[in-house]
This record gives sequence, structure tokens and C-alpha cells, in this order.
Amino acid sequence: MNRMIAADEFKVPDRSDNASANPTLPLTATGLTYSAGGRTLVDVGQLDIRTGAPTIIMGPNGAGKSLLLRLLHGLIEPACGDIVWAGRQAGEAERSRQAMVFQRPVLLRRSVAANIDYSLKVHGIARGTRAGRVAAWMEKAGLEALARQPARTLSGGEQQRLALARALCTEPDVLFLDEPTASLDPVSTHAIETLIRDACARGAKIIMVTHDLGQAKRLAGEIIFMHRGGIVEQSPAKKFFSSPASGQASAFLAGGLVL
Amino acid sequence: MQDFASSFATALGLLFSGDPELWAIVLLSLRVSLSAVAIAALIGMPLGAALAVGRFPGRGAVVILVNSLMGLPPVVVGLLVYLLLSNAGPLGVLQLLYTPGAMILAQVVLVTPIIAALTRQVIEDLDAEYSEQLRSFGVSRIASVPTLLWDGRYSLLTALLAGFGRAVAEVGAVIIVGGNINHVTRVMTTTIALETSKGNLALALALGFILIGIAIGVNAALGLIKVTTTRSAYA
Repeated sequence: MNRMIAADEFKVPDRSDNASANPTLPLTATGLTYSAGGRTLVDVGQLDIRTGAPTIIMGPNGAGKSLLLRLLHGLIEPACGDIVWAGRQAGEAERSRQAMVFQRPVLLRRSVAANIDYSLKVHGIARGTRAGRVAAWMEKAGLEALARQPARTLSGGEQQRLALARALCTEPDVLFLDEPTASLDPVSTHAIETLIRDACARGAKIIMVTHDLGQAKRLAGEIIFMHRGGIVEQSPAKKFFSSPASGQASAFLAGGLVL
Repeated sequence: MQDFASSFATALGLLFSGDPELWAIVLLSLRVSLSAVAIAALIGMPLGAALAVGRFPGRGAVVILVNSLMGLPPVVVGLLVYLLLSNAGPLGVLQLLYTPGAMILAQVVLVTPIIAALTRQVIEDLDAEYSEQLRSFGVSRIASVPTLLWDGRYSLLTALLAGFGRAVAEVGAVIIVGGNINHVTRVMTTTIALETSKGNLALALALGFILIGIAIGVNAALGLIKVTTTRSAYA
């Protein structure tokens, strides 16, 4: 694995032509705020996310990126505001068609195979069809040789591959990723990005937080740039990287330091 | 000193000769305490898990109460169960007083708070790690209890062993509700108390060795569980 991977080699084709394929989108969030300890940490006036290539959320630490992901996925309750998926209010039914992978994967204290099986089971997949799907996803994640190993003894890269396979095995319409490759080496990052690309090609919408500019360039269809809890800019990736509209984004791209 | 040495020798003799009276007492002890731990686990584990994931007014007070009950004095438990089971008591019709059943009941009361409190701690720690992921999976708080219990299984085993250690070594509760009747309700601890006062030190010492052996065995099991689960990252 010592060849260079060109930035555009992983470009995901824009799938806006296939807009009807994803029944959970578009996502519309209006007047979304979240506060804790008397401070408003997220304040998003209007956010629209449509089907297509991945939406990548960027911005400095503390900008509210992870909180926005959790709000959209329904892990935390907004102080006020509305989240609407394809005309339906966010709720349990909507969340069951979404999945999320965290920066530090939360693996169950079970074998690799049992982790994937658990996800299928709680999504109501019949016992009889689970074994085949577990095997298929372990192969896709390159974990088939480790099927019976305790999940938490895997290496960091293997753990994140398993977390991603476990999220993808239920074929979610929307996949939230919170810095999934933050502490991984290039080989592991490549494996994760390949799984992400495959999911996107299947029609899943990827909404992902990353600090890795190269990764954003490789994967993004559009960029949402956040600063101090608000969305400063939402632009197609090409435009964002060539001529960002906001001063903060320009500064971020120039030096990566926005204060 | 001469007396002590001869008692010691007789005690070892009793242990290795397979003395039927001694082993009947040991078996009854194990039967009572293991039954009590099994029943206490069925009550205490779901209770502790519910306390760990539940959010209701007064939860903090219930947690403090359960934690305090871990230190219940066995004689007080014995007295309360005695009152319950005596002919005039509400459960008098069961005619359980001075039977192994009464001893099991008393030890269940003693051990359930221990298992519930330790389970709550284990499940609360695990829930702090799992809750977001389980919510993402669409698993509700209540539905997450079996998952948390299963994934905490090795830590919970230590709660069971702690409960068993407490049950098998206590004397106050079983002597009150069991009555220390020969061949019926005489267990290791009550026999030690009786035989010592009678001056029959050999039998008391032999049973003491077995109790200490059980304590060592329980702790060795705890250590083994810790080592193996750390190795497979299940702890």
C-alpha cells in the first residue's frame, strides 16, 4: 500500500439524478437550538440536506458539529426547533432507518459476529436470515477471519470497520459518521472510506463530521461549515474548496486555525 | 496447647475420613446459601438494573436505601423473618419456621440488597458507555436492560460471588429462623457456634477450615474471572 491515492480517485458520483431513491430525504431542520449549562451550543436557523453525495460538516472544535449530528439523529433533544425527514416529523420510525458511527466505536462485549447480529436483531431481522447477512458484512469489512474473536480485542482500525459494518448491515437510508477515522492510519482510513463509498453508491446518504481536509475533498458532495454553533456556509464541495463564501471558512482552509 | 494440637489433628481426620455428619452439614449449608443466592439474583439483578436505567422521582433515595441495606445485621434479618414466619405472623400458615426454607428466606433478604446494589453500579457504568449507541439502534431504555445484563455478565458474576460469600458465612439469621436442629437445620456456622460452646473443638475447627476454604475458593474464582475477562476485554 505504498502508492499515492489521488484526491479525486475517490470522488463519489453525484447522485442527484436519483433523488427519489432515498425515501428518508430530504431533511429539513428549522430553528434548531440546543443549550446546556445556560449556553447556547447549537443555533441553526435553516438546514436542508438532500439526497446525493456525502454532506461533510467541517469547522473548528466546539463549533457544534457533533452536537448537530446527535440532534439530527435524535440522540439528544433540541431546546426548540423542528426536524423533518421527507415531510415526516423525526421520531423512532425515522431513526430506525438511520445509523451512526461514533469517533470512538462502542462495541458490545461479544464476538465480532455477535455485534453485527445484534444490530440486525434489534432492527427486527428474522433469525433465519441473519447468519447470511452477518457473514456477508464481515467479509465486506474484511473481518471474516476474526468472526469469533471478542470485538473489544480488535485493533483500532478493525474496531471502526466493525462499527461501520454493524451500522451498514441494516441498510440505513442515512448514515451519520462522527470523525470515524480521527485516530486511524492511512490504510485503515482507506478501508473505512471504501465502505463509505460503497454505502453511498447503494443510495445511502452520508452525513459526516471530519477534521481531515483531504478526506473532505475525497468524499464530499457538499460542505457545511460551522462556527460557534451556527452554520456559516453550506456549499457544493468544489465551490467550497476553490472559493469559500465566508471569511471563517477561508481562514480555516488557509491555515486550519479559526479562532 | 496440647488440647489445641489434638483438636487440630482430629479436625483434619474428620475432613479426610469423609465423616458423614460433617459432610451432611456442609451440604446443607451449600444448599441453603446457593438457593438463597439464586433467588436473590432473580430479584436483585432486575431490580438493580431497573434502578440503573430508570429515571423516576425518588430514585436517589431508593439507591441510598438499597446501598444501606447491604450492611443489614444478620440477627436483625433473622428477627424480622422470625416474626413473619412465627405462628402469629403474617406468613405463619406456611409453617416454615425451623426449616431450611426459613433459612433460605432469611438469606434471600440478606443477599438481595447486596446483589441489587452491586448490579446497579455495574449496569450504570455500562449504560454510561452504551446508552447513545443503543439509542441509535432504536433500543428503548427498558429494552436495553437485557443487553446491559448480558454484556455485564462477568462483572455481575462477582456480585453473585460476593452475595454467596456473605450468605455462607453468616450465622445470626439462620440460627434464629432455623433453630440449629441436628440433622435438619444445622449448617456450618451454627454448628461452629454450638460445638465451640460445648467444647467440641474438633468438629468446629474442621468446619472452620471448610469455610475458610470456601472463602479462598470464592476469591480465587473472582481473580480468575478478572484475569480471563480482562484478556478478552469483556470486563
